[in-house]
Amino acid sequence: MSTVQDHLRPPHPKSERPSTAERTGRRTLRSAALREHLLAYGFLAPSLALFAVFLFYPLLKSVYLSLHLTDPRGRIAAYAGLDNFTELFTSDKFYQSLQVTLSFTLLTVPTGIALALLLAALSHNKLRGMKVFQFIFSLPVAISVGTGSVIWMMLFHPTLGTLNYFLSLLGVEGIRWLSDPAWALYSVSIMTVWMNLGFNYIVLLSGLQSVPEEIYDSAKIDGSGPLRTFFGLTLPLISPTLFFSGIVSVIGAFQSFGQIHILTKGGPMNSTDVIVFNIYEDAFVNFRFGIGSAQALVLFAVILLLTIVQFRMFERKVHYQ
Amino acid sequence: MTSLQKGIIYGLLLCAAVLTLYPILYTVSASFMTSGEAATSPPKLLPSSLYLGNYAEVTDLLPIGRFIGNSFLISTAIMLGQLLTASMAAYAFSFLRFAGRSLLFGLFLSTMMIPWEVTVIPNYLTVKSWDWLDSYKALIVPFLASAFGVFLLRQFFLQLPRELFEAARIDGCGHIRIFLRIVLPLSKPALATLGVYSFLNHWNMYLWPLLVTNGEEMRTVQIGISMLQFEEMTSWNLVLAGVVLVLLPSLLLLVLGLKQLVRGMTAGAVKG
Repeated sequence: MSTVQDHLRPPHPKSERPSTAERTGRRTLRSAALREHLLAYGFLAPSLALFAVFLFYPLLKSVYLSLHLTDPRGRIAAYAGLDNFTELFTSDKFYQSLQVTLSFTLLTVPTGIALALLLAALSHNKLRGMKVFQFIFSLPVAISVGTGSVIWMMLFHPTLGTLNYFLSLLGVEGIRWLSDPAWALYSVSIMTVWMNLGFNYIVLLSGLQSVPEEIYDSAKIDGSGPLRTFFGLTLPLISPTLFFSGIVSVIGAFQSFGQIHILTKGGPMNSTDVIVFNIYEDAFVNFRFGIGSAQALVLFAVILLLTIVQFRMFERKVHYQ
Repeated sequence: MTSLQKGIIYGLLLCAAVLTLYPILYTVSASFMTSGEAATSPPKLLPSSLYLGNYAEVTDLLPIGRFIGNSFLISTAIMLGQLLTASMAAYAFSFLRFAGRSLLFGLFLSTMMIPWEVTVIPNYLTVKSWDWLDSYKALIVPFLASAFGVFLLRQFFLQLPRELFEAARIDGCGHIRIFLRIVLPLSKPALATLGVYSFLNHWNMYLWPLLVTNGEEMRTVQIGISMLQFEEMTSWNLVLAGVVLVLLPSLLLLVLGLKQLVRGMTAGAVKG
């Protein structure tokens, strides 16, 4: 394990006082251990220092800020106790943004994973040209939220955008994708599912690829059809991968910001006002750092709770090899 | 597999591929249209000729090269920094014996649970109080350490064959030499995975650069490109030409890094 252990010798049983040789041996031993300690902390120092400044301190500061009020320039004005939290939990806007975030998560996560799983299952077979399809479905991973949102902003355009043009070809009346409160959240969700496809697809495809071939062969010999093999065998075997992408997707959905900021700015009529956008507005537009921090802490708690619930609910069903 | 089944699979995949690619293909196509062509109703799907005016105009109007350069510089610096700090910390956790090792490792792991939003307000205030706004420092320094990176590399380090280290130690190698000469060279696959992951992640950063940069010369690709719509531009084609220009480096990166990324994801995914 370490140099220290190699040097360890049991103390001499007969002599009561250690010989000189043993004393120097123990001294070098102690200095070797000291050196190893110093080296270890030296190796950890950069990471520890950065975490301390940009992670641990901010976490405490968030708690501090959440208990205070700030003036319009963002300076601490007064101690507020739990007023910020009371304000949050009694304001309709907060519950609405919580609800919007939940709807957004429900709209994007199950569809995103199901779609990626379907495509991964279809493109994970030994037919010609599958490499090309695999590349195409991984492609959105390279599209960032900034560029992706600008592209979709144009596709969603009510008169110049091609989505409404395709609808008109089908004889359907155009939709005001981003300015109709009934549609805005769906529109943002469609764009998000597309943007996340690459990541989900890569994760699930690599999950499928890790299932050993022989299992399929023996299933075939037993006369299991492709659908039965998929639901009865493949799905349980890749359940850890599905579980992983589920947790990552839920956390990602709760933290979505870029597409909302570019496409809808939380509107129309707060219909896309997710929590992170709300935090951004409170803290960096209105400079109410106290209430922003309180919201961020609530978000933290909600994410933590959801992760724990997911672990409790699904881990028993997940099959680890 | 019957040919009917094959046909259905190909049909489904083809439809899905067209839907997935459509936004990108249309972006490329529209970036070659003149503004007259783009404004026609019904919209055209293909340009009548390869008009390059949008590209010329958008590079005139906006320092796209500068945006790309900024993003490149920031992502590279963060990637190198994370590789260095994470590999050092991971070495300490894997091969060195010291008081508080498991406690510190637990602390490192638990930082992965903290969402970035919780720290963003205090971090903004910190960076502002240091007068770092609108500087590369503000965009780079907060991201130089990564708990995920430490975790990923430690998992890999622990799989390296023990005999090598014993042999090195008998030859009188100290830890620093072992780290530099044995562990790092042997860990190239894991380092490459972390590198690609961290580069793409920070190339795509949005909220932080939005907060800490104001000047046009400090904007990254993500912010720069979304600012396009606020500039006085009447033509979408111009915006889309800009999008194509900033998309090219990311696509190139994907082509180069996809294999590494898939390998790394599997390592993370299989463990649940």
